[in-house]
Amino acid sequence: MKALSFIRSRTTVLKHENIDTDRIIPARFLTTTERKGLGRYAFNDWRYQADGSLNPDFELNKNTSQGCEILVAGRNFGCGSSREHAPWALMDYGFRAVLSSEIADIFRGNALKNGLLAVVLKESEHRYLLNHPGIELSIDIADRTIEMPDGGRFRFELDAFSRECLLQGVDQLGYLQKHLPQIEAFEARREATA
Amino acid sequence: MSTSARTLLDKIWDAHQVQAETESMPGILYVDLHLIHEVTSPQAFTELRNRGLKLRHPERVLATLDHSTPTTAADDLGQQVYFTAEAAEQVSQLERNCMQFGVQLHGWSSEHRGIVHVMGPELGATQPGMTIVCGDSHTSTHGAFGALAFGIGTTEVGHVMATQCLWQRKPKNFAIHVNGKLPGGVGAKDLALHIIGKLGVNGGTGHVFEYRGSTISALSMEERMTLCNMSIEAGARAGLIAPDEKTFDYLNGRPQAPKGEAWNKAVNAWKLLPSDADATYDRELQIDATDVRATVSYGTHPGMVVALNASVPAAKDLQERRALEYMQVDAGKPMLGMQVDLVFLGSCTNSRISDLRTAADLLRDRKIASNVRMLVVPGSHAVKREAEQEGLDQVFESAGAEWREPGCSMCIAMNGDLAQPGQLVVSTSNRNFEGRQGPGVRTVLASPLVAAACALAGRIADPNDYADTSAEEAA
Repeated sequence: MKALSFIRSRTTVLKHENIDTDRIIPARFLTTTERKGLGRYAFNDWRYQADGSLNPDFELNKNTSQGCEILVAGRNFGCGSSREHAPWALMDYGFRAVLSSEIADIFRGNALKNGLLAVVLKESEHRYLLNHPGIELSIDIADRTIEMPDGGRFRFELDAFSRECLLQGVDQLGYLQKHLPQIEAFEARREATA
Repeated sequence: MSTSARTLLDKIWDAHQVQAETESMPGILYVDLHLIHEVTSPQAFTELRNRGLKLRHPERVLATLDHSTPTTAADDLGQQVYFTAEAAEQVSQLERNCMQFGVQLHGWSSEHRGIVHVMGPELGATQPGMTIVCGDSHTSTHGAFGALAFGIGTTEVGHVMATQCLWQRKPKNFAIHVNGKLPGGVGAKDLALHIIGKLGVNGGTGHVFEYRGSTISALSMEERMTLCNMSIEAGARAGLIAPDEKTFDYLNGRPQAPKGEAWNKAVNAWKLLPSDADATYDRELQIDATDVRATVSYGTHPGMVVALNASVPAAKDLQERRALEYMQVDAGKPMLGMQVDLVFLGSCTNSRISDLRTAADLLRDRKIASNVRMLVVPGSHAVKREAEQEGLDQVFESAGAEWREPGCSMCIAMNGDLAQPGQLVVSTSNRNFEGRQGPGVRTVLASPLVAAACALAGRIADPNDYADTSAEEAA
């Protein structure tokens, strides 16, 4: 995982609540055996019309959304299926952060393990960002703060482990492997009492 | 405090904690059973290969093919007819991966192959007190046995393969008390939809549900699986039901269940799992089972549900209005009478033998409406065999339905079983998201009994309209 400490970008906003992972990447694209190249399918059925052309009404297709690395989404983003293809698709598309007032458990875990910052904001801050698309935010992961163009700042919650992993680009599998002695001891203990 | 009261979740968690969590660090949780399928495992195997790692416990893996697999019979040469070359490649990649990494795969030649959440219990691989994970959110199904079972992402699939463990923080305890007798013709699916309607699709975030009460005790194991299956649709990590005599009876004699003296020992240990009488929960919800009615979804997520005979509520916001437009549903009117194009009976929610029997009892000696196509997809080869022994395949085919090979099929619609844009599907599956069963497809979630009634009527219909055979038998 690549380290991530700071993001400065304009936001793009999808106000919809309960954006599910089928919405983020429809199941028919899950026959891939790769994790790369899924950005072209991100929000596929919103992005494209039935004839394959871009849907001009979809927020991400507008000029103002181009190059935005921060997605502000309605409440309960990422619900539904556990497919990790959802954060893979969002990252490949170009997003580095998803902000919402609530993020589904499995999606959030998957995102953070891939270096996609997925954080929950307070209702009032979330509402402000939903209603002000396109503002430039500076997200400081070490400080756990988001700074607005007018200098206003607010903090977000991010557990210490996820924060360290993002900042250092920690390989969580490698780190888990370092605990193999504990795992072996656990197995031996269970074996003995079985 | 040496012995504080613990919930079922607390007990399972404590028994699998390799290292306890702290404020700054998640804990390390040991995994007893790892279920894998072709869709969410390939990138994890690749990761292991890139790192030169082996599977720590290949014997703790149960692998099958279910999502991308055709549900039509093999061709004259015995070859599977895949929807796309990519689907075929995904399946063969799992076959190769299992061979290389020493995992027993329940592949095409297995008499057990099926939807992984149907197979696990059938084989007796799912047992009380276990931790079970799978790169699949409906892993919550296995909670019906008092196992802590939850969905994980592919990165975590790799973690479990390599270490048999996961970084985890413990979810909170959420008791859902359900008491009273469900009305006739109302079952676990209706109860699940009713609960999600009450809590919303995010009501369980951060929690594990423990379903409790007289109604839950009265449910069969298959009904309990249906209920636990849909816990994720309310946002919960998992659903749990304390093991009891029904659980033990179901498992006794299954291929992977303990045998002989080991069985007695296991049952004695399982009897200690139910939550202590004075255990406390972070949240609780009371449901009166007598209030539950035959329930269907009317919108584009599983929290938008309504009793079959009640009126669709008015949209509360722009988003709900969009959902009603997408579904072509009118607020203020019941769902009854809407024209149906396709009925899907299947999925890890409702593809077990009792589901098929319930639907078949209504369809027996009747014909489905001429405007309807009906797919019946058994959850596994074991279910298929049992159904065929009982002649249910004949009942479905005589009624005009298609009797298919086991798999996930139209629930996730990635194997070619899908509907056309604008079509309305009454589905016994678990998700009615926009496009879930094909772009532009409208999904109405329902129980097997309601789905069968809809197939007969060609419209959304009340099973009580066919009451001479349905009401009493279903109760």
